[in-house]
Amino acid sequence: MRWVGRPLPRYEDPVLLQGHGRYSADLAQGARFLRFVRSPIARGRILTVNAPPETPMITAAALGDVKPICPRLDRPDCVAVAQPILASERVIYVGEPIAAVISDTAADAEDLAERVTVEINPETPVVTLDQALAPSAPLVHEAAAQNTLIDARFETAGVVVAFTSADQVVEFTFTSGRQAAMPLEARGAVAAFDTASGRVTLSASTQMPHLLRTGIADALGIAESELRVIAPEVGGGFGQKMALIPEYVAAVWAARHFACTVAWIEDRLENLTASFHARDQRLHLRGAFDADGRLLAIDADILCNVGAYSNFPATCGVEPLMALADMPGPYQLTEYRARARAIATNTCPMAPYRGVSRPVITAAMERLMDCAAARLGLDALEIRRRNLTAEFPHTSVTGVVHDPGSYREAMEAAAQVIDIAQFRTRQQTARSEGCWLGLGMSVFAERTGPGTPAFAARRMVMTPGFERVELVIDPSGFLEARIGSSPHGQGLKTTLAQLVADETGIAPRDIRVVAGDTDRTPYGWGTFASRSLVIAGGACKLAGTKLRERLQAVASQVLEAAASDIEINDGRAFVRGTDLSIEVRQLARAAYHQSHRFPAIAETGLSAVATYDPYGTFSNACHIAIVAADGATGQVTIERFVIVEDAGQLINPMIVEGQIHGGVAQGIANALYERVVYDDAGNPLTGSLSDYLVPTMAEIPKLEIQHLVTPTDASVTGAKGVGEGGTIGAPAAVLNAVSDALAPFGVGIFEMPITPQRVLHLLREAERKAQ
Amino acid sequence: MKPVSFRYFAPRSVDEAIDLLAEHGEEGKILAGGQSLVPAMNFRLARPASLIDINRIDALDYVREDGGQLRIGALARHARFETPVARGVLAAFLPRVARHIGHLPIRCRGTFCGSIAHADPASEWCLVATTLNAELAIMSRRGRRNVRPNEYFAGALTTTLQPDELLAEIRLGLLDDSWRTGFAEFSRRAGDYALAMAAAVLRLEDGRIVDARLGVGGAADRPSRIAAAEALLTGSDGGPDIVREAGNIAAEAIEPLEDIHASTVYRRDLVRAMVRRALNQALTR
Ligand SMILES: Cc1cc2nc3c(=O)[nH]c(=O)nc-3n(C[C@H](O)[C@H](O)[C@H](O)COP(=O)(O)OP(=O)(O)OC[C@H]3O[C@@H](n4cnc5c(N)ncnc54)[C@H](O)[C@@H]3O)c2cc1C
Repeated sequence: MRWVGRPLPRYEDPVLLQGHGRYSADLAQGARFLRFVRSPIARGRILTVNAPPETPMITAAALGDVKPICPRLDRPDCVAVAQPILASERVIYVGEPIAAVISDTAADAEDLAERVTVEINPETPVVTLDQALAPSAPLVHEAAAQNTLIDARFETAGVVVAFTSADQVVEFTFTSGRQAAMPLEARGAVAAFDTASGRVTLSASTQMPHLLRTGIADALGIAESELRVIAPEVGGGFGQKMALIPEYVAAVWAARHFACTVAWIEDRLENLTASFHARDQRLHLRGAFDADGRLLAIDADILCNVGAYSNFPATCGVEPLMALADMPGPYQLTEYRARARAIATNTCPMAPYRGVSRPVITAAMERLMDCAAARLGLDALEIRRRNLTAEFPHTSVTGVVHDPGSYREAMEAAAQVIDIAQFRTRQQTARSEGCWLGLGMSVFAERTGPGTPAFAARRMVMTPGFERVELVIDPSGFLEARIGSSPHGQGLKTTLAQLVADETGIAPRDIRVVAGDTDRTPYGWGTFASRSLVIAGGACKLAGTKLRERLQAVASQVLEAAASDIEINDGRAFVRGTDLSIEVRQLARAAYHQSHRFPAIAETGLSAVATYDPYGTFSNACHIAIVAADGATGQVTIERFVIVEDAGQLINPMIVEGQIHGGVAQGIANALYERVVYDDAGNPLTGSLSDYLVPTMAEIPKLEIQHLVTPTDASVTGAKGVGEGGTIGAPAAVLNAVSDALAPFGVGIFEMPITPQRVLHLLREAERKAQ
Repeated sequence: MKPVSFRYFAPRSVDEAIDLLAEHGEEGKILAGGQSLVPAMNFRLARPASLIDINRIDALDYVREDGGQLRIGALARHARFETPVARGVLAAFLPRVARHIGHLPIRCRGTFCGSIAHADPASEWCLVATTLNAELAIMSRRGRRNVRPNEYFAGALTTTLQPDELLAEIRLGLLDDSWRTGFAEFSRRAGDYALAMAAAVLRLEDGRIVDARLGVGGAADRPSRIAAAEALLTGSDGGPDIVREAGNIAAEAIEPLEDIHASTVYRRDLVRAMVRRALNQALTR
C-alpha cells in the first residue's frame, strides 16, 4: 500500500481546529512584556530619548556591543548596510525601533512606551523610487551612492542586432504596488532564561529556527549552544518570517540581562507598518518580436524599492537578482539584456514574500505576450505556442536549468477547460449590451526547491540549500523524523510522514515529525522558496531507504530469511512468498534490548540520517481568468478561474490544492486589492485591515484545478514545489483579463493593484482621448 | 493594541445609566455593541476614563411598531434587521440595507442606535435615518428631547449629542404600500464601509412619482438628502433620462471626502452610479 498520492487529512489539523495549538502568544503567560518605541518620523537625527525615572527602558547604549544585522552578498555590484538593533543616531523609516520598555503586562508596557519621549530632528525623506533616484536625492545610507544597494547587469552579445531586426518592438513600464505578507499570526517571541543552565529558549514565530539561532548568537557574540530556538505553531509566514529581526535579538538580550522570561507579541499595526513589506517594483520592459511572433530579445530595467535596510539572510538582492535571472520564465529566449537595481528608501524594509519577484516579472512578461499578439493579429494561445519551451532540460539564457515540464500542455489543457471559443461569443454579446467581460491567461515556470548550487550562483555569503533529516525508531516501534526545515502551516508534517511511510513501511500514524526546535533537529534552512517538500522530502526519502534496509537486516535475522526477501508494509515485516511475518514493534524491541543479536546495525541502531541538496526543479502552470468590469464603478469581479498545474508527483493532492488556493488568493490580492500606501512624509497610511485590503472569501472565486504530472529526476521524490505558483500566476492572468475586458476602449493594464478607481480613471482618459 | 485603563460600570436601568453619564460627563462613554468604540480604544484613539455598559439594560432591547412608527431601542442589534422586523414596506427595506453592514459577527453585536451615535459618514443606518427623516429620542438627567437628522449630524463622527446624553430610541415613520424603495452601495470588499451609497424612497401614484426621498451616504462627511434631485423626480415618470440626470445632480451636490480608497472625482462617479442603481431598483420593484 502506498501513502504517497493520497489526499490524507492533515495530522496537524485536529489540534489546531480544536484550539489546542500553541502559538508564540500562547506561551507568553507569566512573561514580562517588551514594547518597542518606534520612530514616528521617516528620516531624521535622534536628539534625545527620555523616559520618566525608574522606567525599565532598553536603548542602544544599554545593548553595548551587540552587533547590528548586516546581510552580505559576495559581489562587487552590491553595497552591504548594517541595521542597528535599536537606532541611536538616526532613524530611517517610520516604525524603526529606538528603545524598548518592559513591564508585567502588554497593556502596561504600552502605557510605559507612550511615556518615552523621543526628540528627532526631521529631514526630508525619500519615499518613492523616483525620489531615491533623483539627481540630488538625499542618501538613505552614506555608503550607497544614488541610494543603490545593488546594481546588477546581464547582457548577451546580440541584443542590439535583435532589436534592429525586429518586426515589432513592444515597450511599456509596469509597476507593482507594495504589499505586506499579512500572516494571520503576526510575529512574536517568548525568550525564557534558564537560571540553571544559563541558556535562553526563544520560542518565535519563525520560518527558520536554525538561522535565527545563528543570527542572534552572532549578534550577541555568544555560542549557538547558549540558545535554543523553537518555532511553535506558526500561523503563516510567507517569507515575512524568514529574516532575523532586531526585536528577537533585543528579546534574547533582555531575557539574559534581566534573567527572566520576556515576551514580544507584535500587534497588527506593527506588522502592517514595521515588519517587512514586498514587491514595490517598477519594470521597464522592451520585447523584440519577429513577424511570426517569435520573441527575439528582451531588454529589462528592473527597479526594486527595498526600503531602509537589507534582510538577513536572503538580503535585499532577493527580488532584483531573481527578477534578473528568471525573467525569461517558460519562454525560449536567446538575446537578453537586463539591469536590476535594489534601491533604498526611507520606508519599511523588504523581505522575501511568497512568489519573490516572479508575480511581477510574470505579469510583465505575460502582458508583453498579449500586447505582441494584439499587434501581430495572433491570439493569446498562438503566440505562446510559438515561444514556450518544449524541449527539456532547457538551459535559459541566464544559465538556469529547467527540468522537464509541461508548459504547452498545461496551457492547452487550461484553454480546453475554459472553452475560449465559447467565451469569445459570450463576450461579443455582452459587449453589445454594455457589459465588459475579459479573459486572460498566464503561463509560468516556478523555480522550486533550489539547493546550494542555485543560491551560490546568486553569491549569497550565507548560502542556503541543503536539508538534513534524522529518522529514529524508538523501542516501542514508533518513528520520529527530525527535520531541519520548519513548517509554517502548510501541512509539511503530513506530507513528510507519507513519504517516510512509503520508504519504511511504517504507517503515517506511527510517525511523528519533529520540526522547529534547534535542540531536537539537525541544522537546516527552514521553509521558503517552495523548498521544504522538495528538499526535506528528498532527504526523508533517502533516509527512509536506509532505515528500511536496517529494519530488513533485523527482520532477516529474526525471521531467518534473506534481507532482500523482507518486505515491510503497514508496520509488519513479511518474508516474501511465505506466511512468516513479524511486527515492526517487535523488531524495534529486539534491536534495542537484544542489540547483541544484530551486529549489522551496531553502528546506527534503528536510525538513519540523510542530507539532500538538489539543484532545484521547476513546476509549471497555466492560469486563466474570466473577469467582468463594471463601466460605472470600475469594479472588477472574477467570474471563473482555472488552473492547470504540473507539480510532478503529488505527495498529497489535497495539500497541493490548498497551496494553490491560498497562493491564488494572495495573487488576486496583489492584482486587485492590497497596497501599502505611504504619504509624502513617509508615513504609512495603511495600518489596519480596513485600509490594507486583504480580500475575503467573498472576493475570491471558486477555483477550478487540474493536475498534470511530468516525471522528473531533478527531485528524488519526483515532487516539485508548489508553494508559490498560485501567487506567481494569478496576477498576470487577472491583469490580462482586465485588459481584454477593456480592449474596446483601447485600455491596457500595466500596473497592480488595478483598483476600481484606476479602472474608471483609465476609461475616462481613453474617452477623453477618443473625443 | 491594548486600551488605556478605564473604569467600567454596568448599570441595570436607564435611570442608572443616565445618572452615570451625568456623573462622568466628558470622561464617560456609553458602551453599546462596542464595534466602533472598542477598536478605537485598542488603537488608543479613544481614551474614555469610564465605560458605561448598557448591554444589561433589557428595557432598551426592542424593536416595535407603535403609532405609525417603527421604534428602535438602543440595544437593537444590526442583525435583528436582516429579516423583516414587521410587515410592510419599511420592514422589507431594512434587510436590504442591513446586510451591507460589516460582517455577521459585527452585526450580531453592533447596534442601530450605536451607529447613529457614532455617526460614521459611511454608516448605513445614518443614511437611512437621514433619508427617512427619523426622529431621534434623546435622554439625560436634564430631561428628554427629540431631534431630526438635519439638526443632529454635524460632521464626520460628530453630532449634537451631549456627553451626558443617551440616544434612547430611533423612530422611523412607517411606509404604506404606495412607497417603493431602493438601496445601492459600493465598497471595495464585502463588509467594508461604503465608499458611496444611495437610498431611494419613492411614492408612486398611477406610474408617477408623487413624493421622493433620495439620500446619499459614504461619500461626504455626513449623509444628505439631495433636494434638487428629489424635486426633479417628483412629478416625473422616473424614466431613464430622469434617473440619469438625478445621478448627475447628486454627484455634483455633494462635497466628497478624499482618502486612500477614493478621490473626490471617483466618489462623485460612485455617487452617480449608486443613485441611478437605487432609483432603478425602486422603480422596477
Ligand atoms: C470590521 C468592521 C466593519 C464595519 N463595517 C461597518 C459598515 O459597513 N457599516 C456600518 O455602519 N458600520 C460598520 N461597522 C461599525 C458597526 O456597525 C458598529 O456597530 C457601529 O458603528 C456602532 O455601534 P455599536 O453598538 O457597536 O457602538 P459602540 O462601538 O459601542 O459605540 C460607538 C460610539 O457611540 C456611542 N454610543 C453607542 N450607543 C450609544 C447610545 N445609545 N447613546 C449614546 N451614545 C452611544 C459610544 O459611546 C461610542 O462613542 C463596522 C465595524 C467593524 C469592526
